[in-house]
Amino acid sequence: MTFLATHIAVLVVILPLMAAPICVIVRCGTFAWAWATAIAAGTFVLSLIMLQQVMDSGTIIYNLGNWEGPWGIVYRVDALGAFVVLIVSAIAVVVFPYAKQSIEKEIPKERHYLVYCMFLLCQAGLIGMAVTGDAFNLFVFLEISSLATYVLISLGKNRRALSAALRYLILGTLGATFYVIGLGMLYIMTGSLNMTDLAQLLPAVQHTGTIHVALAFIVVGFGLKLALFPLHIWLPNAYTYAPSAATAFLAATATKVAVYALIRLLFTVFGDVDPLETYGVRNAVMVLAIIGMFAGSIIAVYQANVKRLLAYSSIAQVGYMILGISIGNAPALAGGIIHMFNHALMKGALFMALGCVYYVIGSVKLENMAGLGKRMPFTAAAILAGGFSLIGVPLTVGFVSKFFLVQGALAAGMWPIAILIMLSSLIAVIYVWRVVEVMYFRNPAIGSEQNREAPLSLLVPTYILLGAAFWFGIDASYTGDVAMSAAETLLGGSK
Amino acid sequence: MIDYSFPGLFNYWIVFLLMMIGLYIVIAHENLIKKIVGLNVFQVSVFVFYISMAKVKGGTAPILADNIQVYSNPLPHVLILTAIVVGVAMTALGLALVVRIQESFGTIEDDEVREIEERQE
Repeated sequence: MTFLATHIAVLVVILPLMAAPICVIVRCGTFAWAWATAIAAGTFVLSLIMLQQVMDSGTIIYNLGNWEGPWGIVYRVDALGAFVVLIVSAIAVVVFPYAKQSIEKEIPKERHYLVYCMFLLCQAGLIGMAVTGDAFNLFVFLEISSLATYVLISLGKNRRALSAALRYLILGTLGATFYVIGLGMLYIMTGSLNMTDLAQLLPAVQHTGTIHVALAFIVVGFGLKLALFPLHIWLPNAYTYAPSAATAFLAATATKVAVYALIRLLFTVFGDVDPLETYGVRNAVMVLAIIGMFAGSIIAVYQANVKRLLAYSSIAQVGYMILGISIGNAPALAGGIIHMFNHALMKGALFMALGCVYYVIGSVKLENMAGLGKRMPFTAAAILAGGFSLIGVPLTVGFVSKFFLVQGALAAGMWPIAILIMLSSLIAVIYVWRVVEVMYFRNPAIGSEQNREAPLSLLVPTYILLGAAFWFGIDASYTGDVAMSAAETLLGGSK
Repeated sequence: MIDYSFPGLFNYWIVFLLMMIGLYIVIAHENLIKKIVGLNVFQVSVFVFYISMAKVKGGTAPILADNIQVYSNPLPHVLILTAIVVGVAMTALGLALVVRIQESFGTIEDDEVREIEERQE
C-alpha cells in the first residue's frame, strides 16, 4: 500500500503507456481488447484512489527518478488534476468494453489490435497531461495523445475520415508548436520549465513584451486543441467520420483535457499574474466563448447528420467551459470544471448511443432515424435522455453546470451573461427537438421496420454512462465539492 | 528596446522568417505534401529558436573538465531532441495519411479532395 501511495501519480500514466506496445507485439484483436479493458479498469481504480488521496491529504508531488524540482521533472497532482485523470479513466473503462462490437462492425479485422493500442496511447497521453507539473512534459504528452487521436480518426470507414484526420493533424501540430514557441519565450525570461517555479518567477517579468507574446502563443495554441471558436474547424469532420467508439472516447476526453491544460497555464503558471486582468483580455475571451456557445448551437440546428450535429454542440459546450474560465470567480470556474466532467458523461453517452444506431441501421443521418423510438426504443430513449442533459433540464448534469455558471456570472455582477447562458440553452432545445421529433413522431421508411435493438454489449455501457449523468445531476454534492475545492486552489495562486 | 541592428539578433530574424514562410506554405498551398513540408519548415524554425537561445557566446559543450569554464545551456538542446522526434512522428503519420488519401481519392490536392467530398454528400 505504501508503494502505491508513493508512486500512484506516475503509475496512472505508466500503466496504459507500457500496455500499448504489448497490443502490437501480440497482434490479436480479441486479446488487445481484453488487455486494454483490463488496463483501463486498473487505471480507473488507481485514479479513484488518487483522487481520494488528494482530497484527504492534499497535493501529491512526485519527483521522477528522484530528481527534485525545478531541475527534474515533477508530477504534481492537485484536486483538479486528479479529477481530470478520473474523467479520462472513467470514460476509458466504459468505452473500451463498448468498443469491441462497434469496432468489429466498422473496422477490418486485421487492424483491430492497432485501435486498442491507439486507445491506450491516447489515454496515457491525456492522463499524462493532467498529472505533469512540467510545462515541456505537457507538450510531449499532448503530442502523444494527439498523434494517437489522428490515427484513431483516420481508421473511420468513410474515406472522408482520412482527410478529416490530416486536416486535424495540420491544425493540431500548429497548435502544439504554438505552445512550444510560447513556452520557449517563458523559458528565455525565467529559465525554468517547472510550473510552480515559473509561477514564482513570472510576476517579476510580467510586463515585458516577451511574456505578452508568449501568453498569446500559448492561448492560441491551446485554443486550437480545445476547439475554441473560431479555431474549431477541424472538429466537426473529425468527430463525424471517426469510428463510433473513437468519437465517444475523444469527444468525452480530448477537448476537456486541453481545457484543463489551458486552466493550468492561466491559473497556476500565470497564477500570480492574473493574466486575464493584467493583459485586459478577459472580455475578448468571454466574447469568443459566448459566440462559440451561440454559433455552435445555431449551426447544430441545421445539420442533417446527427453525429455532426453533436460535434457542433460540443463546440458550444466548450464555450461554456471557457466562459467559466473567463468569468474567473470561484463558482464560475468550478462551473467550467464541473462541466468538463458533466459534458464528458453526456456527450460520451450520446455518441455511444449513436454508435448503437450506426451498428443497427448503418447510418446516423437524421432521415434514416425516422421512427427510431419504435424500432430501437432503448437507444432512442438514451438519445432523448442525453439530449435533456445537453439542454440542461433539472435533475441532469447539464443543469448542475449551468447552475454553477449562472451563479458565478451573478456573483460577478454580470447578469447579461446569465441571460445569455439561458438563451443558448434554448437553442439546444431546438436541435435536440429536431432529433426527438424524427425519432418519435415520424413513421419509419417502408422496409426498415424489422430493425432490432442494439446488442447488450453496446447498450449496457451507454446506459452506465447515462446513469452516471443522471446520478451526478440529482446529487451533485461530490462532484460539486471536488470542483469547488479545485477552483479555490487555483484561484489561491501558487501561494 | 528592440534591437534592429544587423546582424544583431540574426538568428531570431531567421527564426521568424522561417516561421512565416512555413505558416504561409501551410495556408496557401493546396498540395498536401507541400502542406506537410511547410509544417516541417515551421517546426524547424522553432528548433532554431530554442537552439539559439541556449547558445552562450564562446561557450562549448557542457563537459565536466578542468579547462572548460563557459558552456552553453544544454537543456533547450535536449528539449529540441524530443521535439525533433515528435516532428518526425508527425511527418511520418502525415505522409502516411497522404498516401491513403491518394489511394482513395486519387488526388493529393486539397481543393480537389474537397470537391470530391462535396459531390459525395
